Amino acid sequence: MARMATTRRVVVSTIGAWLFGFLIFFPILWMVLASFKTELEAFAIPPSFLFFHWTTENYATVQERSDYFLHATNSIIIAGGSTLIALLIAIPAAWSMAFSPTKRTKDILLWMLSTKMMPPVGVLVPIYLIYKSFGLLDSRIGLVFILCLGNLPIVIWMLFTYFKEIPRDILEAARMDGATIGRELVHVLTPMAIPGLASTMLLNLILAWNEAFWTLNLSTSNAAPLTTFIASYSSPEGLFWAKLSAASTLAIAPILVLGWFSQKQLVRGLTFGAVK
Amino acid sequence: MKHVLGAVCGASCLLLAVPAMAETTLTIATVNNGDMIRMQGLTAEFTKKNPDISVKWVTLEENVLRQRVTTDIATKGGQFDVLTIGTYEVPIWAKKGWLVPLANLGADYDVADLLPKIKDAVSVDGKLYAAPFYGESSMVMYRTDLFDKAGLKMPESPTWDFVVDAAKKLTDKSAGVYGICLRGKAGWGENMAFLSAMANSYGARWFDEKWQPQFNTPEWKATLTTYVDLMKQAGPPGASSNGFNENLALFNAGKCAMWIDATVAASFVTNPKDSKVADKVGFAMAPNTGLGKNANWLWAWSLAIPAGSKKSEAAEKFIGWATSKDYTKVVAAKEGWANVPPGTRTSLYQNPDYLKVAPFAKLTLASIDAADPNKPTVKPVPYVGVQYAAIPEFQGIGTQVGQQFSAALAGSMTVDAALTAAQSATEREMKRAGYIK
Repeated sequence: MARMATTRRVVVSTIGAWLFGFLIFFPILWMVLASFKTELEAFAIPPSFLFFHWTTENYATVQERSDYFLHATNSIIIAGGSTLIALLIAIPAAWSMAFSPTKRTKDILLWMLSTKMMPPVGVLVPIYLIYKSFGLLDSRIGLVFILCLGNLPIVIWMLFTYFKEIPRDILEAARMDGATIGRELVHVLTPMAIPGLASTMLLNLILAWNEAFWTLNLSTSNAAPLTTFIASYSSPEGLFWAKLSAASTLAIAPILVLGWFSQKQLVRGLTFGAVK
Repeated sequence: MKHVLGAVCGASCLLLAVPAMAETTLTIATVNNGDMIRMQGLTAEFTKKNPDISVKWVTLEENVLRQRVTTDIATKGGQFDVLTIGTYEVPIWAKKGWLVPLANLGADYDVADLLPKIKDAVSVDGKLYAAPFYGESSMVMYRTDLFDKAGLKMPESPTWDFVVDAAKKLTDKSAGVYGICLRGKAGWGENMAFLSAMANSYGARWFDEKWQPQFNTPEWKATLTTYVDLMKQAGPPGASSNGFNENLALFNAGKCAMWIDATVAASFVTNPKDSKVADKVGFAMAPNTGLGKNANWLWAWSLAIPAGSKKSEAAEKFIGWATSKDYTKVVAAKEGWANVPPGTRTSLYQNPDYLKVAPFAKLTLASIDAADPNKPTVKPVPYVGVQYAAIPEFQGIGTQVGQQFSAALAGSMTVDAALTAAQSATEREMKRAGYIK
């Protein structure tokens, strides 16, 4: 009897989880479906779900009109570069604040977060002028730099809270066994920190990939990433929903695939984590 | 040996000269509207004629583009060589010295052929600061089949009383057909474009001669009351979030008996590829109240050169090509006369090939002629612009007022409350900007 009740609970919660998952995923699914419709079918009322005339015409048009690969390459370089530099700066910063805090550590953390409280448009003109003077407008390095700065507070905060959870006893135990600081870092802390590092990296990558304020305002054509690619298909006068959906599908595809794979890695990392 | 050396030197010089010739790269910022995309597709026609110029396109959504190019031009960033801007920006930017006057558009450009109202809208002190690429006004688009069924006949220039009456009669909510679809989404270029033009036809104005806001006048009250009541009785549900595209989708799906919006919509609603009602659409002038002004606006997407560009000569060459009569012919040859950019040149409206495929041409021209940016209202005003006042503060004020009027449409505030809020918000901003004390 008890087993039956358990089985029923499992079935119900599984169905519930799938339904919830479907609900969350629905906007993406709808976008992908719309990208295979004709413009007329894309805004048909009532909308057709699966039974419509499937076409890849929108993808062909998008490919013909824009250089997708240039934009995608820019996105990879900008998101990847800014994440890498942010991690290089944030790891030592978070490490020292977590393991050797001073009186001012809390203030510093709060101060760093305060920069995120300001709307970016408030500093658009000064940043634009600085970039103009240094010749950084429409350059990948300029975008890497600004996105790195923008996301750094979040990266440091995430890593800080993660490092804080690692018990000092483990480090002390390693020291008692005669481990040097180098060995302690590489063999004890790093394996424990990998899930935290990985999730921070992925989150930062997604934030940088989707960042649409600075990337739109500081790039023109050479450094323009996928956000400008999508923005070029949005129109106030004309229904180009199917083409916009095709462009959006192409823009999110790489990060979606990456998220899908890293998700497995992340779950595995978290499950095997020594501390959690 | 000397000859060989000479030949090698000559050849080297030639080789060096080829890349040097192709050195000018123009960066053109534009909006993602059908006519602009077509222009982008025809770039090769221009570069074929001008092998020393190459072109890079930056296509962005209208609001993003406006913010992007404004930042660049205000800081003299020099990122763009040709900008796509509207009639709102041209007078403001020209007066600030941000635009290069266009004086060398080519010998056969024929400035006199530009439609006078459109030319006025992109000129300051008689100088052309932008070249119109396509122009638009607004008009009534209506379903001839539904009008016939209801025994109604649309006059060529209807009054608001007729439109209100017809909209109520044609509404059949059980069949999902609404008498009228109008813009409701808040924004200076969204609902306020429509409502400002409608207010003009009711004898209202944004400001009096001393820049005093006028939302506390009976004319504005009549405008907003008519609009809200009409939309409540005969408009589609959720109209307060409908803009051009939403209404276009509704009209094309056969859900609206009437739609008052941009004249460029005419080519979309009559295109059987996009519209289910393509062969059942009629056109009429935007409504009036007999005061001498119709509720239609005037707009032209135009090409201009920012003062920061170092390639203004090549940029002007491009603008001269893209807004010329020849460009129209290139589009017609490649994509048919129905796809040429409308609303800029008199000669297009005398062209029998165009008139044959564009049943809306006559009314588009009449609508453009009926809108006067220099005398937009019944009573005198200190500003230029039909559906906007061409002052830098207008974008912010227009959007704030638009939010109040959208809320009145959604039913979250009364018409009186919306007008009072609009009046105080506008007064505050105009005081802050120093127009009034």
